[in-house]
Amino acid sequence: MTFIHKYPKAAKVAKANFVVAFIALAIGGFFGFVQALHRTDVFRGFFNSGEYYTLLTGHGVLLALIFTTFFIAGLFVWGVTRSLDREPENMSYTWSWFWLMTIGTVMATVAILGGLVPDSSIRAAVLYTFYPPLQAHPLFYIGLALVLVGSWMAGADWFWSYRKWRKGSPDERVPILTFMALFTMLMWYVCTIGLALEVVGLLIPWSLGWVTEIEPLLPRTLFWFFGHAVVYFWLLPAYYVWYAILPKLSGGRLFSDSMTRIVFIIFLLLSTPVGYHHQYADAGISVGFKFYAMATTMLLLLPSLITLFTVVASMEHGARQRGGKGYLKWIGKLPWDKPAFVGCALAGIMFAAGGFSGMINAGMNINILIHNTIWVPGHFHLTVGTAVALTFMAITYWLLPQLTGRKLKFKTLALIQPYAWFLGMTLMSNAMHRAGLAGVPRRTAEPQYSGFEFEPIFGTMAEMDWQIAIGGTILTISLILFLWVVIASWMAGQKSDKPVDDHIPEPLSGVEHTPAILDNMKLWFTLALILVILAYAFPLLEMVADGIFEPGALPRPS
Amino acid sequence: MHIHKFEQFWIKLSFVLIAFFIATVVYGFVAMDLKVIGDHATIDPQNLQETKFGNPGVREVTKNGQTEYEVYVQTIQFAYSPGTAEPIVVPANTRVTFYITSPDVLHGFDVAGTNLNTMAIPGQVAKMTTIFPESREYGIVCNEYCGPAHHIMEGIIKVVPKSEFDKSNLVE
Ligand code: HEM
Ligand SMILES: [Cu+2]
Ligand SMILES: [Cu+2]
Repeated sequence: MTFIHKYPKAAKVAKANFVVAFIALAIGGFFGFVQALHRTDVFRGFFNSGEYYTLLTGHGVLLALIFTTFFIAGLFVWGVTRSLDREPENMSYTWSWFWLMTIGTVMATVAILGGLVPDSSIRAAVLYTFYPPLQAHPLFYIGLALVLVGSWMAGADWFWSYRKWRKGSPDERVPILTFMALFTMLMWYVCTIGLALEVVGLLIPWSLGWVTEIEPLLPRTLFWFFGHAVVYFWLLPAYYVWYAILPKLSGGRLFSDSMTRIVFIIFLLLSTPVGYHHQYADAGISVGFKFYAMATTMLLLLPSLITLFTVVASMEHGARQRGGKGYLKWIGKLPWDKPAFVGCALAGIMFAAGGFSGMINAGMNINILIHNTIWVPGHFHLTVGTAVALTFMAITYWLLPQLTGRKLKFKTLALIQPYAWFLGMTLMSNAMHRAGLAGVPRRTAEPQYSGFEFEPIFGTMAEMDWQIAIGGTILTISLILFLWVVIASWMAGQKSDKPVDDHIPEPLSGVEHTPAILDNMKLWFTLALILVILAYAFPLLEMVADGIFEPGALPRPS
Repeated sequence: MHIHKFEQFWIKLSFVLIAFFIATVVYGFVAMDLKVIGDHATIDPQNLQETKFGNPGVREVTKNGQTEYEVYVQTIQFAYSPGTAEPIVVPANTRVTFYITSPDVLHGFDVAGTNLNTMAIPGQVAKMTTIFPESREYGIVCNEYCGPAHHIMEGIIKVVPKSEFDKSNLVE
């Protein structure tokens, strides 16, 4: 018996979410390939430089917003169902959030791809941050709003299951797989307040022409109210996998139940009040607020550092169970020939590197050196582009058999895939970081200028361009391998009662050591809201004091 | 609650690291004069003509008995005024303050390879002060996507020796 046999309805929902996620990954990944060749001037024959921004919008939206959200929904359906041992409460409700998110995705994607049709009035080349006064077609904003509402409903679905379960088990502790999912969603509710105010309150009425002027700084600030926490919305599900599943894949068990819970609580509390660290270079926000956000950002290192400890400790335990010895020699005893393990472990290593460049981003005054340069994509291809995306791909090799009842096919290709991603990302991302230090801008179709040359500190521009192009190509090949393995296994994998070992052992330091207060969701949610109000109420009030749409700028076509 | 002793040690170490990072930022502020953009002024982006941005360029001012320069720059889809059609010329070893705003969409103003880097946001005036130590040319790059020809938006800052600085191009 595996998941699909016990919970056929939930398995269907999880699979539907994965289908949308992987389609988004395929299209978005192809755009990434084109970008890597285009900006480096290695090959510009696919699209012209004006269309580049349409592709880049597609890449950002489909990968950072759509692939992640749908994958997370599928993962949490699996985790909540399994750990509470109940199917979703009402399948019509469950399917309604799935379809709402899907319709929203189709609307936004049509609006973006419209930009490739000559003279089309449906365009949305506004990038995934959609800063006004560049204006997209209303379809784009409405589509995104539907995805958002759908994701709220999905969260409510899991809380619903939890409450029903709680009635039947009043004295039990919240199972860790449900705990982590619910706390991630609590954080999502807090941070999406900003996005909802921006999109529904300002951008939709403005794109429909009900108001003409808009104050650019206010929506931008609301976006970043959401924009840092969203990176934790992507990352926490990767942590979910690292905490709950990776120890098992390495042959051991989770190190500490309490620390896991504490980490998720800190993320709930601190993820949102730090958004100003994306606006260090903005005029109109005082240095004091920026400083407060900087200090909070640094504090947010804590849960990630604890995660590093717990994950490494759990893996070491696993390796020692498998006969590993010595200070570091145990690393060799880890299952480096198992795709799911390898993907998660390599993703974790890249995340540590991404953490380094992240610390530089956070340092308010050094940040100015790299703000909006290609350094920044260099950084987040390590975090969301690898720590998250590669973890999701890798764990698919373990989840898919449970959701389909079929064994994985092409295990060798599946094993090559994460190593290839790691190699491609090493090339692409190191070159992006270094080019950024020389001042090469991000989001630019042709970052080669007529009046001056960039002066790199390490290496040459030509060498960096080639590394980005070759790295991007290897990543694309890795992505094709992933999709091939998934499609083949899904369609033609050998049917089995137990297609994969899906048992998850208890933590080393179990829930019996965990203080009950950690499970008090009302308490932590209220505290999180208070912290957000402290950080944002005053600056936002200051911004709207002269009128919500003042000083007003006119819309510009994208 | 049980926290393993290695883990306790690791948590303490993490706090030390965090304190260290915050200290480096403070040190940069206080000792190295690394400032970030703050809240200077708001402006009506549709009426820049009536402000100093209506006549952008380099101005000479006297502050605390010292000769300094102010540079007003408009960032427009897809050029810097001044900066693109003609370079911004300023003397070396002299305080120069940039005031930057945009009448249309968001742009970037990044002096490539330096930490002179700000967003140009319609409605907001960005203010940055610096002293260029040597005479040389710098490229200005727009590093915020501003529309279909964003990639052609560039400019030049020309830093000349104080003695060669030609004051006939200053604006009033
Ligand atoms: C085949 C693999 C990939 C390649 C070759 C690739 C390539 C690139 C390149 C070259 C850029 C910079 C474009 C520019 O600033 O001009 C970029 C931006 C970006 N990528 Fe990727 N990428 C890949 C996968 C991913 C994945 C898996 C994610 C996230 C899940 C991701 C998220 C992003 C985001 C959010 C941006 C920024 C978009 C923006 O600035 O608006 N990428 N990518
Ligand atoms: Cu952030
Ligand atoms: Cu631009």
